[in-house]
Amino acid sequence: MPEQRTAVVQEDRPAETVIEEGKTVGSPFADDPKFKLRNVEVFYGEQRAIKNVSLDIARNEVIAFIGPSGCGKSTFLRCLNRMNDSIESCRVTGSLTLDDQDIYDPKHDVVELRARVGMVFQKPNPFPKSIYDNVAYGPRIHGLANRKSDLDDIVENSLRKAGLWDEVKDRLDATATGMSGGQQQRLCIARAIAVSPEVVLMDEPCSALDPIATAKVEELIAELSESYTIVIVTHSMQQAARVSHRTAYFHLGHLVEVNETSKVFTSPEHELTESYITGRFG
Amino acid sequence: MPNSKDDVYGDHISHKFNDELMELKTEFLKMGGVVESQVEQAIQALMDSDGQLAEQVRARDKDVDQMERGLDEEATLIIARRQPTARDLRLVVSVIKMVADLERVGDEAKKIAKLALKLAEEGQAPRGYVEVRHIGNHVLGMLHDALDAFARLDSEQALRIMKEDKWVDEEYQAAARTLLTFMMEDTRNISRCMSVMWVLRALERVGDHACNIAENVIFMVKGEDVRHTPMEEAEKVVGR
Repeated sequence: MPEQRTAVVQEDRPAETVIEEGKTVGSPFADDPKFKLRNVEVFYGEQRAIKNVSLDIARNEVIAFIGPSGCGKSTFLRCLNRMNDSIESCRVTGSLTLDDQDIYDPKHDVVELRARVGMVFQKPNPFPKSIYDNVAYGPRIHGLANRKSDLDDIVENSLRKAGLWDEVKDRLDATATGMSGGQQQRLCIARAIAVSPEVVLMDEPCSALDPIATAKVEELIAELSESYTIVIVTHSMQQAARVSHRTAYFHLGHLVEVNETSKVFTSPEHELTESYITGRFG
Repeated sequence: MPNSKDDVYGDHISHKFNDELMELKTEFLKMGGVVESQVEQAIQALMDSDGQLAEQVRARDKDVDQMERGLDEEATLIIARRQPTARDLRLVVSVIKMVADLERVGDEAKKIAKLALKLAEEGQAPRGYVEVRHIGNHVLGMLHDALDAFARLDSEQALRIMKEDKWVDEEYQAAARTLLTFMMEDTRNISRCMSVMWVLRALERVGDHACNIAENVIFMVKGEDVRHTPMEEAEKVVGR
């Protein structure tokens, strides 16, 4: 009988094992960044939620933020269009620029910023209005269409890009809240892109959707990435692996690793990244 | 089965996942053990002109095939159920590839057993058996070490195996030249010498498969594919 080998081993683990504040392994910087974020810190009162994070987000890339609950990925995402402004105790420091313009410059118009940097949330949140009015809302308040026919074009184009046009073209006057969850989420994406943003932020856009609706949204992300920069926060590792070019791993407010997505999911550089994506701690 | 907690694949939140990966490793090593003894016994049967042992080796190849199917199924199910990533993914993908190598080694053993039967029936003083024993022992050692390197995730040992392949190729060439001389000396030797040549060829292939396994071990441990790269490149990866 052949000898029986035991399968117990001690292999070399990924080289990096500790978190050093302000140090991110992998490739956090890009040649032609859309966003240039340096030494960013976010405080909720006394508590430091984001700790000295520096990152570039490249033009037309899809970057995924992953990490355990409470790691700061959503907080960091919300810095990118100043969504944190509405939280009174929240304070953001460091340098955050969009096309070399300071996002947090007090003179910077937040409404204009949010038109350039749109956002899609975890739960579909259509306005209690018609499908048409949901999409037309942004272009109207930003004065993007002078005539009804221009507005019609924007609505149709946005719905087409969101892959929703064929499903809703005969009932544009129907109320949006009567749609299915997946349709509502795609409507929110159509609403976000109706004002021709440059960047779309997505905060767990598929966590309330079924697999079919998820697949449609992911398909949409791939198409949108040709013309937009997309930042997506997701709890689904497989989703990050499927849709993104680069993946950023957050841990306790630190940005631990940023790498090509293909590298992160086959051989991550930091042990914490590996532990998280392989389901070794929660 | 060893305690899964001590293993690098055994510390997931899901215990079931730990068990599945451990099972995959253990079954792979079991198959490796069987294949190893197949090669060993095939060579033995040849040396001793032991027809019965050769028949046994041929019969046991079915078990090897069965193990290949079982391991492939288990690996496929793990991918479907767990969508493994990083080192877990590298383990599962490598096992799928290494199982194919082991199955081929099993086939080579069967081939040697068949030739052993043929040569035993002809029953003459064998030529080239020294070479068979020499190369046979060496590739058996390589296979053994490759499986050990897998069990211990030892990339340095895997690298040593890769380096030995060159030695096997050279010995095989030298042995082939020797057999060629025998054939030229007396044409009545040709049929027997050709049989021995096929045995040597099978052994040389076993060495190749051991190398493939070693390359996969380096991929599992280091996350870098060292196939079809110069040896210096592989050395750099392992030294990292």
